[in-house]
Amino acid sequence: MNEEQKLNQFQARIDADEKIEPRDWMPDGYRKTLIRQMSQHAHSEVIGMQPEGNWVLRAPSLRAKKILLAKIQDEGGHGLYLYSATETLGIDRTEMIEQLQQGNAKYSSVFNYPTLNWADIGAIGWLVDGAAIVNQTMLAKCSYGPYSRAMLRICKEEGFHQRQGYEIMGKMMTGTQAQREMAQDAMNRWWWPALMMFGPHDSESAHSQESMKWKIKVESNDKLRQRFVNRTVEQAHHIGLTVPDPLLSYNKETLNWSFGPINWDEFWSIVKGNGPCNEQRMSHHIKYHNEGAWVREAALAFEENLTKKQTVSI
Amino acid sequence: MEKDNQFPQWEVFIQIKNGTPHEHAGSVHASDKKMALQNARDIYTRRNEGRSLWVVKTDDIAATSAEEEAEFFDPAEDKIYRTPNFYKMPKGSTNI
Amino acid sequence: MNTKDALIKYCTRLADNNLILGQRLAEWCSRGPILEEDLAMTNISLDLFGEAESIYEYISTLTDNHLSADDIAFLRSEREYSNTLLVELPNGDFAYTMAKQFLYASFAKLLYTSLLNSNDETLKGLSEKALKEVKYHIRHSSEWLIRFGNGTSESKTRVQNALNDIWKYTDDMFEMDEVDNELISTGIAFDLKDIYTQWNFSVSEILKEAKLTKPSNGLSIKGGYKGIHTEHLGHILTEMQYLQRAHPGAKW
Repeated sequence: MNEEQKLNQFQARIDADEKIEPRDWMPDGYRKTLIRQMSQHAHSEVIGMQPEGNWVLRAPSLRAKKILLAKIQDEGGHGLYLYSATETLGIDRTEMIEQLQQGNAKYSSVFNYPTLNWADIGAIGWLVDGAAIVNQTMLAKCSYGPYSRAMLRICKEEGFHQRQGYEIMGKMMTGTQAQREMAQDAMNRWWWPALMMFGPHDSESAHSQESMKWKIKVESNDKLRQRFVNRTVEQAHHIGLTVPDPLLSYNKETLNWSFGPINWDEFWSIVKGNGPCNEQRMSHHIKYHNEGAWVREAALAFEENLTKKQTVSI
Repeated sequence: MEKDNQFPQWEVFIQIKNGTPHEHAGSVHASDKKMALQNARDIYTRRNEGRSLWVVKTDDIAATSAEEEAEFFDPAEDKIYRTPNFYKMPKGSTNI
Repeated sequence: MNTKDALIKYCTRLADNNLILGQRLAEWCSRGPILEEDLAMTNISLDLFGEAESIYEYISTLTDNHLSADDIAFLRSEREYSNTLLVELPNGDFAYTMAKQFLYASFAKLLYTSLLNSNDETLKGLSEKALKEVKYHIRHSSEWLIRFGNGTSESKTRVQNALNDIWKYTDDMFEMDEVDNELISTGIAFDLKDIYTQWNFSVSEILKEAKLTKPSNGLSIKGGYKGIHTEHLGHILTEMQYLQRAHPGAKW
């Protein structure tokens, strides 16, 4: 079979909604796109541990402490599932981490904002995880088997993430004046970054078309963003939070909440590394990765010493 | 410094309930067997999903390739005499 | 001292041990030597917070002052915490943390095992649950000690230095006073001297396997159960109690 026949056969499988598995033939572009997107997704989960970790020692109750710690742990676990799924494409985790630390791989820009009060933990769970779930539910239907399976597991586990965030916000909105102010402040700072998580408008999105053809994405950025807005605006109003968008209005014909323009300059500036926490997140990652190097060396040396000993005794 | 390492990869199989088979859950990285089992426990059974775990180094798994699919599996397609419904039982016979 | 007061004090020591060690371990969040280990440490931290919460809830039922588990956990001053000193020590490097974990978990396992014979049904029940968790904590930390002792010369040096440094705080775990005497006489708790003998034995076995030297008993620093702490505890509390202190009476 020549390349073109292979490509046609591949596209036919995609069109028939078959899943592609690691050992199947796939075009280079498909593999590369998946590696880029999946490793970025994995890095996002791992870097996402930092802004939430910023509050784990200050959580205000034993219950809150346990929930937050378990949630951050889930993020780490999800990073791990995604690294494993990406490894099936022929890249190992060492290399992915190198790419991240050298700035050749990205992670979600939303984690480059600081967490400044306890309500930020609520806002991250409710808005950031809420946006992520909309995206991940779509990705669970993607054509690459290992990615789709990882997403299914992640969606199942993240069921509680958004709810715990909304619960924090709801509790604070029925609390003291100071608590209500903190909740609204967090809402004001996280609303727009959450909308940006869906990426540029479809008309501006560099990778969208090909990804749709290959069913790496099955719905467009704008459609997913709208779904998130529709769900979330009503949740915000329900607990008395104001959405920080003067142009927000309900469109009775389309049944959608229409919203004001997104500040794409801010988005691209953060993507390019100029966000408030880009440097901090990366230097944290590098510092603790390097500090763990002797541990990893020791563990491997132990295993080698053990194997040597066993070989000698035979 | 030498190139960093993230430990070899292992595949994790979990038995969720007594009497059911061990099923593939995902992978972990670990430097030795004991660590692989513990990491599998900490990563794949956080929600009370397990009662028995197997781990095996990913490199030690042999697998068929997509190109081998036809010659491996298609020949089984026309052996329907391996299924019970292939056979006509005498009218009125029971318990068979 | 009457039995009830003694029981409250005893339980507070146990709960504080869990809370403060859990808090220390949570500091590792996003800082582990490898992602898998980050998750493993979080699991242990979650076990410890869970144990702490159950014991504070029990204490809450024993007192007449209407304090909730959270009030007890978050609103006391340094002198009112009665955890053993070892659990409040800073984490140091990963070897230091694992050495702390191992030495404490080995103690906790024996303590909970003894409490399976307690006359106090709640304490007995809590111990049954905690015992399963703490056995896993020993497995996790002891295997790291064995890896380090038989790994590279750097790892061996690091873990040996950690043990040498921590050792002076280990006697504190086995301190006894009128609280213990009262509970021993009523069959609720047991003599820590016996536990010390067993602890010494089981720790020595692992150190042997790890080819590490058991530090000699020299300097010994004590006082945790009486609220005489290291300077580190105050800083742990400052961070942990921040929201509770800044917004008195607020519900979260």
